[in-house]
Amino acid sequence: MAITSVKNLKEFSTNNDRFEGAHLLCPGCAHSMIVRELMNCTDDNLVISSNTGCLEVSTAVYPYTSWDTSWIHIGFENAATAVTGAEAMYKARKRKGTLKDPDAPVKFVAFGGDGSTYDIGFQWLSGAMERGHDFTYICLDNENYANTGGQRSSATPIGATTSTAQAGTHSYGKKEKKKDIVSIMAAHGSPYVAQLAPNKWKSMAKGFQKALETEGPCFINTVSACTTEWKFDPKDTIHVTDLATDSLMFPIYEIIEGHELNILYRPKNIISVEDYLGAQGRYKHLFKPQNRHVIEQIQKDIDDNWARLQRREEARI
Amino acid sequence: MAEKFELNEVEVWDGNYATSQALRQAQVDVVAAYPITPSTPIVENYGSYVANGFVDGEFVMVESEHAAMSGCIGAAAAGGRVATATSSQGFALMVETLYQASGMRLPIVLTVVNRALASPLNVRGDHSDMYLGRDSGWIQLDAFNSQEAYDLPLCAFKIGEDMSVRLPVMVHQDGFTTSHKAQNVYPLDNDVAYNFVGDYVPVDEMLDFTRPVTHGAQTEEDWHYEHKAKQHKALMDSRPVIDRVLAEFKELTGREYKRVETYMMEDAQIALVILGSSVETAILAAKQLREEEGLKVGIIAPRCIRPFPYDLIRDAIDNSSNLKAICCMDKSAPGGAMGMLFNEVSSAAYTTNTRPLISNYIYGLGGRDFAIDEAKRIMKEQKAHADAGHITTNIQQFSGLRGPKLGFYETRRS
Repeated sequence: MAITSVKNLKEFSTNNDRFEGAHLLCPGCAHSMIVRELMNCTDDNLVISSNTGCLEVSTAVYPYTSWDTSWIHIGFENAATAVTGAEAMYKARKRKGTLKDPDAPVKFVAFGGDGSTYDIGFQWLSGAMERGHDFTYICLDNENYANTGGQRSSATPIGATTSTAQAGTHSYGKKEKKKDIVSIMAAHGSPYVAQLAPNKWKSMAKGFQKALETEGPCFINTVSACTTEWKFDPKDTIHVTDLATDSLMFPIYEIIEGHELNILYRPKNIISVEDYLGAQGRYKHLFKPQNRHVIEQIQKDIDDNWARLQRREEARI
Repeated sequence: MAEKFELNEVEVWDGNYATSQALRQAQVDVVAAYPITPSTPIVENYGSYVANGFVDGEFVMVESEHAAMSGCIGAAAAGGRVATATSSQGFALMVETLYQASGMRLPIVLTVVNRALASPLNVRGDHSDMYLGRDSGWIQLDAFNSQEAYDLPLCAFKIGEDMSVRLPVMVHQDGFTTSHKAQNVYPLDNDVAYNFVGDYVPVDEMLDFTRPVTHGAQTEEDWHYEHKAKQHKALMDSRPVIDRVLAEFKELTGREYKRVETYMMEDAQIALVILGSSVETAILAAKQLREEEGLKVGIIAPRCIRPFPYDLIRDAIDNSSNLKAICCMDKSAPGGAMGMLFNEVSSAAYTTNTRPLISNYIYGLGGRDFAIDEAKRIMKEQKAHADAGHITTNIQQFSGLRGPKLGFYETRRS
């Protein structure tokens, strides 16, 4: 039974589970919450691909698998191409009448981390979006190469320390700002892109369903708090994600057909980004006097982005 | 239902066109491709079949060769017939996914129009890309002319998709000298060709939702070794299947292909081992030398590069009781080693009774012409080795190179 009829988290937890509980993800990792929600929000058959990354190495270690559905992994960069190749085969075989059950409803979904989405698999993602396949790409954005021990990605925010953009006596961590992947994907002419978060699980389920039901290439960036590399207690995953969405570090919104922007969550009390940064070890050094200017910069960027999103929502452009 | 493509009993096709017709007749379900010289016309021709209704399958024009093979892998795992084409840099960009395709045991057909690898950038034919693929776990077949560029892809589907093989197959042809050279080609009737290839039988397909499958799992030191060993076994065990499919093709068409082609080897005193379009040049040179000088030259042409036919090479040497000297002709920059053919043929020859002398020529890099006179000169040099009872030159030499002679590694046998 899909999540459409589920009113609360207790009911959600009784859902048919196609992502098995036995996997090797870190305790407190948000990936499994996001993946489970995607797989539970539809009753349709799923063909899923994953880029190399935390999710992939934790869920398909031979002779075990966590996937009670069709699943494929090829490499670090090509999950979008793998699943769209399968989608092309589905169309060909449907036309030729060689499918075992031609009427079985099916959805094609690719998962990638921010490393494979923003960086190494960017070209493969862009190509698949441009070709207009009927699939949904979901980025599990934990803002670093967590699978290999926490190196910077182009999704790592300015000021975060990573093993390849370290904070030290001469450095406040990463110098560059995070890439705006949602806008880039919207610019591909995608019919549906969104940024969603697992703490807002109802809007996330709704967004997933919208993407799956929309014909064409859809993209969703999900905030996936990383207990290991963001450095917070595993029990605090949803708490840290609450801070992310309430500080507007991660605004929750969708863009339909490249122009119709809808903000999906407006915090009643917008909190200071210091509350968000202060909850994580990766930003600890920013609270030293010589680095305070970076916090000011982050806050300013958040304010500017929030103003921009609201203007876009109003202007419908 | 696809439109019927009318064919004459004999057509004038270049190698690229011949290959694209084979893909059409095999009724490939998904072609995911990216164009590159000199294999571009395979993709373009296929595109024209799509545009004019001659194929029912999907044609996915992706943004790179890496994506082409990635799309082929996803499509093949979804349970249908898949093919693509590439050359040179595109092949090099594909390499990561070539290993993934074979490791996942997906019977994809890749038609490779051989071309040099940069740098320096070069669009002409040599075997650098073919050699780059030789550890990738694919079956590799080599077409020497346009007819074979049509025949072998049909055989390739049948070999790769055989239930005891389930491995991807490359069919090579030489850039320009085969791919762009129009020759008479005898095509099969559309139905005859398709019936020879047969319907695709899915294995562990992702579109059978009653039986979920995980493709591309991870294995570490506990299982990786067993997987790779089984993969190698499948490759080695494909030899009788290749022989059987080629025999069935002969029965159907009268055209006979073997994993190793031999010409005039019965009484040969010296032999050239050579690949691709150069085989026909070498045959002509051998015939001329036999007529002009009575020099008994034979030709050994491996048609199957992987699995390498050590067994048949050994037989060819053992069955030629007069054979004294072999020259292995490698059309790929050897990169600090002997050429691939030299290494493989030496391995096979070491287990023979006669152990003939073996030398190595690098030739034809970047499309440098290889003509009959050059082949004859090399053959005569082998005669000198045979007469002396040892290799009288460096073991590895470069042929057709401008500037001073270049050679490496001297023999100690005298």
